[in-house]
Amino acid sequence: MTKPSLKKTLNDLETKKISIKELNQDYLKQIKEKENLNIFIYFSEDNVLEQIENLEKDNSTKKLNGIPIAVKDLFCTKSMPTTAASKILENFNPTYESFVTQKLLDEGSIFVGKTNLDEFAMGSATNTSFFGNTINPLSKKNEPLAPGGSSGGSAAAVAADLCLGATGTDTGGSIRQPASFCGVVGIKPTYGLCSRWGIAAFASSLDQAGIFSHNVEDASILLKSIAGFDKRDSTSAKVDIPNYFENLDDDLNGKTVGIPKEYSIDGTPMEISQIWEDAIKVLEKKGVKIKNISLPHTKYALPTYYIIAPAEASSNLARYDGVKYGFRSEEIDSLDAMYENTRAQGFGREVKRRILIGTYVLSAGYYDAYYLKAQKVRKLIADDFNKAFQECDFIVTPTAPSAAFPLNEKQNDPIKMYLNDVFTVPASLAGLPGISIPFGKDKNNLPLGIQILGKHFDEQQVFNAALSLERSYE
Amino acid sequence: MKIDKNTINKIARLSRIKLDDKESEDYIKDLNLILDWVEQLNEVNTENVEPLSNISSSILPKREDVSKDANSSEEILENAPDKLEGFFAVPKVVE
Repeated sequence: MTKPSLKKTLNDLETKKISIKELNQDYLKQIKEKENLNIFIYFSEDNVLEQIENLEKDNSTKKLNGIPIAVKDLFCTKSMPTTAASKILENFNPTYESFVTQKLLDEGSIFVGKTNLDEFAMGSATNTSFFGNTINPLSKKNEPLAPGGSSGGSAAAVAADLCLGATGTDTGGSIRQPASFCGVVGIKPTYGLCSRWGIAAFASSLDQAGIFSHNVEDASILLKSIAGFDKRDSTSAKVDIPNYFENLDDDLNGKTVGIPKEYSIDGTPMEISQIWEDAIKVLEKKGVKIKNISLPHTKYALPTYYIIAPAEASSNLARYDGVKYGFRSEEIDSLDAMYENTRAQGFGREVKRRILIGTYVLSAGYYDAYYLKAQKVRKLIADDFNKAFQECDFIVTPTAPSAAFPLNEKQNDPIKMYLNDVFTVPASLAGLPGISIPFGKDKNNLPLGIQILGKHFDEQQVFNAALSLERSYE
Repeated sequence: MKIDKNTINKIARLSRIKLDDKESEDYIKDLNLILDWVEQLNEVNTENVEPLSNISSSILPKREDVSKDANSSEEILENAPDKLEGFFAVPKVVE
């Protein structure tokens, strides 16, 4: 079987080798066969068939006409409920469409369903979802593995061939880490490239939408279609979006790659150090200059992130009060009782933990010691990257410190779970674009990912380097 | 220990989240663990460092101050758990 590809499918649709209906019916069949993986929170065959019908009536030329796309259930969609994988939004039907999903609809894509995630995108294994775990499609029978998180459903949907691309969001690694665990490509663009409008907010200074796909070419096509300025997001960037796909160039001769020494961490499995070395060797052969760089504040990125992200979350999640939308507790003797019971029953354990920690670090007397301190260290982390990028064009590191782990393995120790994000969080704090591509396997034949980081708004360089590594590996 | 029973009750109250005794115990443990861990930031000298609150370089956009028809009240109320005569309804606040 040839590998699925969005680019090739677009060709097949154009030359009428396959119809939109035939294409999507294949995918519908697959989705139903793989229901046991619990990839979708919302899936309705009728809804998909209706979309196909509407599309067939429309004769305008569209760039993604008929392409099946899975949408992380953090994006508000008018035609499907939106839950953020939380009980508190169990029955929420948005009356508006998110910027990113509207762009995809305008291009003619078909939404096959809304994918599972960690509740409000808080987690690294898609195991904090109110709707249960998603199972990594690469699991062996009776040994279920985590798909990573928080966008685990979207990564799994691509890996299981249930769509040709999927949307995700990445706050500290929520696209790149699951992409690595599921053996697919995942890109988090520069902060501000895609509008956050209509995405349930987690940590607003970090949240960024992005793409999962089977390969780098497809990611470059899809990212172009969801990027762009939006006046409804005050941090949306007014930048020209290049045609990443047309501009793809795997010739890296004369470029310089930065290798940060601080990413060699004690306890990283040999296999991960090995693929990192392999990637560097491949680049060297292609005429890339190898430059050892230093990002001295790397070790402080995780604790910085776990102050800033919960602080912003505690503020963002204040809106879930049982008044305007979503779940309301039955125990409502007073207004305060309504708030307190609604939020106690509506939020899961990890979300509550982060709201509590966020409230604490923002509270009177502790703000300077925790929140302000973290913002200052964040500045130093961002400055590290700015300095490093004066000497190199892109940076290469591993994506995650492990391959996919068994479901529930890391649930009880919060800090152990947070360590999953060790390689992805620094770039999030600095707002930089990063991609994860499959590059090698571990001893159990599970995929491992390599991460490529670029300068602000230099997604083209990130794609070019990723394409070059992808082609050397295939 | 930074977080004790009193502190967790205070934070829970500020967060409007009701906790039972078992949960309080668990969160006291978790939060102390996390706060001890983030303590390592004190090793970093941040004297004269400007806090970075947002990475975005864009300047807050301005818009004309004109009224427009955005959402209808019906749309806004569509997802309300309880509503009454075009308003959100909540338990009685004033006797």
